[in-house]
Amino acid sequence: MAPVKITGLHKRFGTVPAVRGIDLTVADGEFTVLVGPSGCGKSTLLRTIAGLEDLSEGTIEIGGRVVNDMRPKDRDVAMVFQDYALYPHMTVARNIGFGLRARKFPPAEIDTRVRRAAAMLGIELLLDRYPRQLSGGQRQRVAIGRAIVRNPQIFLFDEPLSNLDAQLRDEMRSEIKRLHQDLGATMIYVTHDQIEAMTLADRIVLMNAGQIEQVGTPLDLYERPATRFVAGFLGSPKINFIPATLAAGGSSVLLKLGDGQTLPLPASAPQLSASDSGRLVELGIRPQHVGRANGDGARTRIKSAIELVQPTGSRTFVTFRLAGTPVMAELDAHDPGRPGDEIEAGFDMRRAVLIDSETGRVLRAVSP
Amino acid sequence: MIANLSIRRLRRVPIASILFLAIFLLFILVPLYWMAMTSIKPSDDYLAVPPVWFPAHPTLVHYGAALFAYRGLTGLLNSVIISTAATILSAFLGTLMAYSLARFNTGGQHLSFWVLSQRFLPPIAIILPIFLIYRGVGLHDTHIGLVLAYTVLTLPVTVWMMYAYFRQVPRSLEEAALVDGCTRWQALWRVAVPLAVPGIVAAAVFAFIACWTEFFFALLLTSRNAFTLPTVFRAFIGFQGALYGESSALSVVSLVPSIALGILVQRHLVRGLTLGAVRG
Repeated sequence: MAPVKITGLHKRFGTVPAVRGIDLTVADGEFTVLVGPSGCGKSTLLRTIAGLEDLSEGTIEIGGRVVNDMRPKDRDVAMVFQDYALYPHMTVARNIGFGLRARKFPPAEIDTRVRRAAAMLGIELLLDRYPRQLSGGQRQRVAIGRAIVRNPQIFLFDEPLSNLDAQLRDEMRSEIKRLHQDLGATMIYVTHDQIEAMTLADRIVLMNAGQIEQVGTPLDLYERPATRFVAGFLGSPKINFIPATLAAGGSSVLLKLGDGQTLPLPASAPQLSASDSGRLVELGIRPQHVGRANGDGARTRIKSAIELVQPTGSRTFVTFRLAGTPVMAELDAHDPGRPGDEIEAGFDMRRAVLIDSETGRVLRAVSP
Repeated sequence: MIANLSIRRLRRVPIASILFLAIFLLFILVPLYWMAMTSIKPSDDYLAVPPVWFPAHPTLVHYGAALFAYRGLTGLLNSVIISTAATILSAFLGTLMAYSLARFNTGGQHLSFWVLSQRFLPPIAIILPIFLIYRGVGLHDTHIGLVLAYTVLTLPVTVWMMYAYFRQVPRSLEEAALVDGCTRWQALWRVAVPLAVPGIVAAAVFAFIACWTEFFFALLLTSRNAFTLPTVFRAFIGFQGALYGESSALSVVSLVPSIALGILVQRHLVRGLTLGAVRG
């Protein structure tokens, strides 16, 4: 267990930058998830921490030691790979014990530790099998066993669940979370799946194009995104973006939609003056915060016609158009309406965000 | 009903395949049979008309002559020593080179092709300089000299066969080993090489057979001391005519190691060890 501190990290492949100026501290015992679209540099960052890639600039400290020029084996990290990377010519027991043998542990100690790790993961009965005789979920457990048996300072996970089917993925996700609670170890986990990120992380590091977009707790990022990218990446179904123009409306500033309708500013938006009129913005509002307007005075009312109805069981998602832009609302499963029906939708502007179209940043009042 | 059944059963017999295999087997086996028989025929039976399919008085006299009078046994031992040494060297160096090419893209895209291009060079283009150099440095007619020449000769193919194999071994396996506590060198020997064994064995077999049957270099780079089995055959075609018996006897002897090797490594040649390494 140890903290990780990354300062000014750059990684280039030839002249192509993969990671550009990362500053990040992972606290001791924290579960940090690096998430972002494919090609955003999250795996490269993880591999740089492991020592599998050399860094181009900056420093990485693990437990207070700068590890820039240290070989992977000396960094005291363990890594779980996307394709499991089990040694096919070794039994499960030998796979799990490989790291201990490489580090010249006494055989009795290796045996004890392998059995303890196997018991933790429920794979005691598989110890004599070969990887090819195991199912995907079992292989993943062996890969995790190989990591925990060494009791490393840092656990690194590189999209460990993406090769599993949906059901098994949910199961292993819970298991990894439980493992973190039991071991209390520092874990850095890479995924492109926002649900994995939300459910597992103490802290999410959302990356895009080699840079960090935002760091924070899952709820932080979900409720107070810093950029349009963050707002759009987290949440399912996706947040609605509605283009608008700022317009002076009497003493205050309003949002003017393409068809001339106006909406008040979201509660989180800063005080804007009449001089901001004409600025292009986007209103970001999640489907959960758009519903029927029935008797809810706090909501801003919009009339439109239902285009699409998508039931999911617990909730039903309904799409309608607002000034030409499709907007999704989350409605009660028992009262969704039908395509063509008129709907009076209520927008909860307390939960909406205002995005500057030019910079892609969320405009926010300085919180008191 | 019964007639119908038997016709169906007949249809299941792949007559065309059996016929093809039978002809193919004859094509392969008849010359071998002829050679084996000739090696134990008295010399009068060599070219008898009609041909003698099995000699009435088999004899081992040709074996004695080929192995001792014509120094076939010495040639055999030299061949075993030189081919084995060159094969081991070629497999070892080939493993290192192929791994380096496959993992680190050493020399960019051109070096790997340059290695293969060495095989495009006709041996006759380089044999004279090698001969002169060997004479100069005292490697002519030595075991070491021929081992070196054969190692260089077989390396391109060895490297290319292993290169293809190492590229199949998933990188993440070695990376896992590196994180687990291995150096690059240990990761190579403990993870990559065991997984590439089928490829290494196949390449080694090819290298061995190439050395075992090589004639041209052996002819020019050796004389009385380090001569190999193929060069002994020269002696059987002389002004007195061809010594069919001796030649056949030595051919039979030279076949033995090849066949033994084939049986020994068959298991490795067909085994796909990387199955189960990663998903699927």
